[in-house]
Amino acid sequence: MAEALKGRNPVTEGPLTRAALIGLAIVFLLLFLIVPLVLVFAEALRNGVGAYFEALAEPDALSAMRLTITVAVIAVPLNVVFGLAASWAIAKFSFRGKNLLLSLIDLPFSVSPVISGLVWVLLFGSHAALGRWLAENDIQILFAVPGLVLATTFVTFPFVARELIPLMQEQGTTDEEAALSLGASGWQTFWHVTLPNVRWALAYGVLLCTARAIGEFGAVSVVSGHIRGQTNTMPLHVEILYNEYSFVGAFAVASVLALLALVTLGVKAVLEWRYGNQLASSHRH
Amino acid sequence: MSAARTVRRRNVIPGFGISLGFTIAYLSLIILIPLGGLLVTSAGLGWSELYRIATDLRTVNAIWLSVWTALIAAVINVPFGVLIAWVMVRYRFPGRRFLDAAVDLPFALPTAVAGIALTALYAPNGWVGAWLDKVGIKAAYTPLGIVIALTFIGLPFVVRTVQPLLEDVDKEVEEAAATLGASRFHTVRRVILPAILPAVITGFALAFARAIGEYGSVVFIAGNIPYVSEIAPLLIIIRLEEYNYAGATTVAALMLMISFALLIFINSVQAWTRRRYGNG
Repeated sequence: MAEALKGRNPVTEGPLTRAALIGLAIVFLLLFLIVPLVLVFAEALRNGVGAYFEALAEPDALSAMRLTITVAVIAVPLNVVFGLAASWAIAKFSFRGKNLLLSLIDLPFSVSPVISGLVWVLLFGSHAALGRWLAENDIQILFAVPGLVLATTFVTFPFVARELIPLMQEQGTTDEEAALSLGASGWQTFWHVTLPNVRWALAYGVLLCTARAIGEFGAVSVVSGHIRGQTNTMPLHVEILYNEYSFVGAFAVASVLALLALVTLGVKAVLEWRYGNQLASSHRH
Repeated sequence: MSAARTVRRRNVIPGFGISLGFTIAYLSLIILIPLGGLLVTSAGLGWSELYRIATDLRTVNAIWLSVWTALIAAVINVPFGVLIAWVMVRYRFPGRRFLDAAVDLPFALPTAVAGIALTALYAPNGWVGAWLDKVGIKAAYTPLGIVIALTFIGLPFVVRTVQPLLEDVDKEVEEAAATLGASRFHTVRRVILPAILPAVITGFALAFARAIGEYGSVVFIAGNIPYVSEIAPLLIIIRLEEYNYAGATTVAALMLMISFALLIFINSVQAWTRRRYGNG
């Protein structure tokens, strides 16, 4: 094959090789990514549109949607505040142990989701001292919203910080120094200089953080207790319906999650193309 | 005020104490204390108990299954990931942007959704499973199904790690190689592959690390038969449901050790890359 290519344009492949490589890549992506996605919608609509919306309007499905939104609405802002604080400290100042801090922030990515849930059970479970104390004082953490929030926060912990830190490091401190020297206060500088500078990276981080918070399965599965209509988030509700062979119901709820994933990908692509120069360099196209 | 401004020459930016303080407090509360609790709990079991659970045949089988299926999936993702990155960076064809965005689908799609979709697809009566069934291959409810799910999960790691480096490969070096008489095959093998090799290794390790701990996309398709198709994260959940906290904790501690070893490996590859290639 190499011989055949000699004498043609030396820095690209022949049209046949090119077509074969593109074809192979497309077939792999279609088979591995697109077909499973199409299947979700096909299975959800198997018994028609009526059955589909009936499955979605079911009280347990609605309560799962409400719970998922509740958890995300608490966990994401927590990680946004953390991301802003961490990126401010890391990007605007130099101090010892910065690299260790950066590695620790990324730590949750290396931990299995199931372990991210398990750690909370070990802390707050009824076998632990803290868990017994909580039970005596009627404070419910596990098998309730607080546990779901904690597990979700753990899993989505790095998403906002890791978008902001590299960008703010690239941007340096000159804008802030200018604002401060013109008499702005620290908060004014942050609100009117730093935040606008990183707004698209923040949006990007919030997008990925929210997508993961909504879709998290392993970690919340451990802390949820699977109480139908009460502690089941959407992904957990998908699991219950699927295991009960209620396939249309399972795929109907799954299709809502899949739609959200598609919206996430769409917005992500728009952010990368439109505001790529205002994102961390690894997302620029 | 103006006097203070002129004095603040070296450290004009405020908020170091509060931002770093909050960062460390929040990191400790959400990540370090819970993870530390797990390590303390497992250490509290004592060596003989730890050893007994860690060498229990069901534990060994589950961890080994998670490791080898993750390894094969990562190996599959290397050629296909590099191919997809190559095609996206070097060629222009209709639908490229759409497919490029679709590469991130496994990141965006909730794992449980991927899990039930892949299971339905590869089940003996599924769209793909029916074909495989005809040639006598069982995918769903076997370790092969686990490999398929983990390949799905790991693909974006390889593509997204290789893509930026491939974009950075200097066209002039390729032209120089071609001018000096290298065939295209030679140029790709001797010029481009070495340039992207660190990214390939990093992408492979990231896909591998993610796959070892993966739960949602695997648990539906795996079959979950103890000793055969029961992955380590599932064993943790089963032990928890039996109120066997020692068992759950030990499996988790073993998995954490594997994950941290991989993390250190990934960081050293990246440090080595920076030393060798500058700011690669």
